[in-house]
Amino acid sequence: MDAIILQILNGLDKGSAYALIALGLTLIFGTLGVVNFAHGALFMIGAFCAVTFSRLLSVSHEVAVPGEVDFLGNPMMRDVPYIYDILGEATGAAVIDWAVPLSILFAIPVMIGIGFAMERGLIKHFYKRPHADQILVTFGLAIVLQEVIKYFYGANPIPTPAPSAFTGSFDFGALLGFDPGSIIYPYWRLVYFGFAALIIGAVFAFLQFTTFGMVVRAGMADRETVGLLGINIDKRFTIMFGIAAAVAGLAGVMYTPINSPNYHMGMDFLVLSFVVVVVGGMGSLPGAVAAGFLLGVLESFASMPVVLDTLPGINQIIIYLVAIIILLTRPRGLMGRKGVMED
Amino acid sequence: MLGLNKQDTRLLLLVVILTMAAPFILNPFPEGSAMAQFNAGYPDLMQRFVIFGIFAIGFNILFGLTGYLSFGHAAFLGIGSYAAMWMFKVLGMNVLPALALSVIMSGIFAVFIGYISLRRSGIYFSILTLAFAMMSYSLAYSVLATDMDGPDKQGLLQKGLTGGETGLQLTLQDPRILGQQTTAEGNIPVPSLFGLEMRSAAELNVGDWVFTFSAGYYFAAFVMLLSFYLSIRIFRSPFGLVLKSIKSNQQRLNYTGMNPKPYMLAAFVISGMYAGLAGGLMASMDPLAGPERMFWTASGEVVLMTILGGVGTLIGPVLGAGAIKYMENILSKINSDILHTWFAFLPDGLEDFVVAIIYPFIGKGWHLTLGIIFMLVVIFLPGGLVQGGQKIAGMFRGKKAADEKADGKTTPAE
Repeated sequence: MDAIILQILNGLDKGSAYALIALGLTLIFGTLGVVNFAHGALFMIGAFCAVTFSRLLSVSHEVAVPGEVDFLGNPMMRDVPYIYDILGEATGAAVIDWAVPLSILFAIPVMIGIGFAMERGLIKHFYKRPHADQILVTFGLAIVLQEVIKYFYGANPIPTPAPSAFTGSFDFGALLGFDPGSIIYPYWRLVYFGFAALIIGAVFAFLQFTTFGMVVRAGMADRETVGLLGINIDKRFTIMFGIAAAVAGLAGVMYTPINSPNYHMGMDFLVLSFVVVVVGGMGSLPGAVAAGFLLGVLESFASMPVVLDTLPGINQIIIYLVAIIILLTRPRGLMGRKGVMED
Repeated sequence: MLGLNKQDTRLLLLVVILTMAAPFILNPFPEGSAMAQFNAGYPDLMQRFVIFGIFAIGFNILFGLTGYLSFGHAAFLGIGSYAAMWMFKVLGMNVLPALALSVIMSGIFAVFIGYISLRRSGIYFSILTLAFAMMSYSLAYSVLATDMDGPDKQGLLQKGLTGGETGLQLTLQDPRILGQQTTAEGNIPVPSLFGLEMRSAAELNVGDWVFTFSAGYYFAAFVMLLSFYLSIRIFRSPFGLVLKSIKSNQQRLNYTGMNPKPYMLAAFVISGMYAGLAGGLMASMDPLAGPERMFWTASGEVVLMTILGGVGTLIGPVLGAGAIKYMENILSKINSDILHTWFAFLPDGLEDFVVAIIYPFIGKGWHLTLGIIFMLVVIFLPGGLVQGGQKIAGMFRGKKAADEKADGKTTPAE
């Protein structure tokens, strides 16, 4: 029992990332009808927003340490971040420690800006083109974005730690009445899951309970009619693209402590996220979220030693296997609508 | 000639001449000159040109004709490589049986994968093929690489079917029942065609120029020409017309009482066999097969090649494969020192500036250039380099002549 709970928990953080990326992909597909292969790159850029922000915070200048000299007799120099001068040493240190969560504030405008630029600059011209062209041009864009990041940040993963308050692990075993230490779960993964749930809830609430969301949903159902009613649906869809980019970016920001960002993390996640979207059903937001968590948890179950002993290598292929089975038995995915992407 | 009309014969002859004279054409700069690094006429690279040409030609039969975008074609490339390697290990170093098994094995897998994947279309088809390819990759990487002989034996399957991360390699212990197990010097023999070693080469010195004629290249080029000829025949055949009609309007085809499924499966299998042939040739040129050949980036590469050259055209995929492999091997070799020598004539500050501007696009950053070129092609030239060439030719000859060309109907892919 405790092993099962542990695997579910382990699956949740990866599932959260899949769900968030798949949610953004589905938002873009549902509103604009565009298959965005560059969405993984947005996730990756979000992660590098966190890297950039924590580097910005740590920009420092040299200050002589009073009373100390090195062996040549020169005054000892020490690097002091500018933020210490502005906020004082204690607050400054705390801000640097909390760089990753604070990067959210930095990432939101950046990601929305990138989303707008992408939609207005490139995607807009591809609405009337076939889906294959959209896939290809965004695939090219993903390569370009990836290489730009590689040029500026190098090819190696950049460790970006979580705030020290979250470095430990939470002992679920003791809480649930099992042996203490049987279910250990890092705090940050809990935070990540909570954060993902919050974002997903916020997106759904936004679509469900605001006038803007209502118009967007109407546009997803029947774009032409909404346009005929005198509503500038294109503008709203552009905003939705920005929001989808921000969702992917935030997923990336918060993922950095779990996995050090590198330039190809976007592509690694994108391929799986596409499988998630297709399993969930193209164009279905709840489907994308459900499939994300489902596949994340399944993947983690498949990596249990018991399962691996009977079916070696299953952890590597489980997601694809499930995708194949679901696509063959339920052609539209778990919750797909009729007539979406079937031409 | 050979059942082709005049225009296709001209195209085929052009390709024959270009491939046969490639060691000259690709080596335009004398050895030791500053431009010598742009020479692509060395056997290794020329072999890659034609092998990826075959891969792209095959992919084009599926994507260019039917419009089904497979994102997992590299699986067949890998299967072909592994099959050829096993033939080298078990039977002997002759390349013909190896290639035969590559084609057969990839064909069998293509029937299976195609039968399942083709039940869906559009992006679902792409995802299904991607899923199969990634599964093949993962299995080749992990499960199929475990010791299947048992701990006390040191047999053929000691590293599994695929050899895992290090890849499948030839060893001195391989049986090679029809050929020699080891050479006279006690080395592992090299792949050959009835004794003609694939890596043997002749050099011709003309003044400062050095031209290399490699047996491996000419063998691969010959195979490529055969596949190219076959693809022309497929394009012009009634079968090819059915495939084209699948792309333009599948529903209408259904109404005429035709069942498109067998045709699509046939196209998928043919295209998979081309990929297997390319994989087998890769293993013949350099006897090593690794799982990374099946990774989805390899599948993406052939998509890039086909689109870049011109999807649905005959010669486009070969051009695209050549362009990408040329960039990968030549552009990536330029470093900042070379750039500085080129722009040395500029004043110092300006020189540094120009070099700093160009530097991100060359050397290790060649992928950036590739991505940008690819995007520009998709946006402005849906017909790829072939369409670009036609547009330029049209400008010289006046619009009408270009429009009348048979291959001018480069409709964007769907």
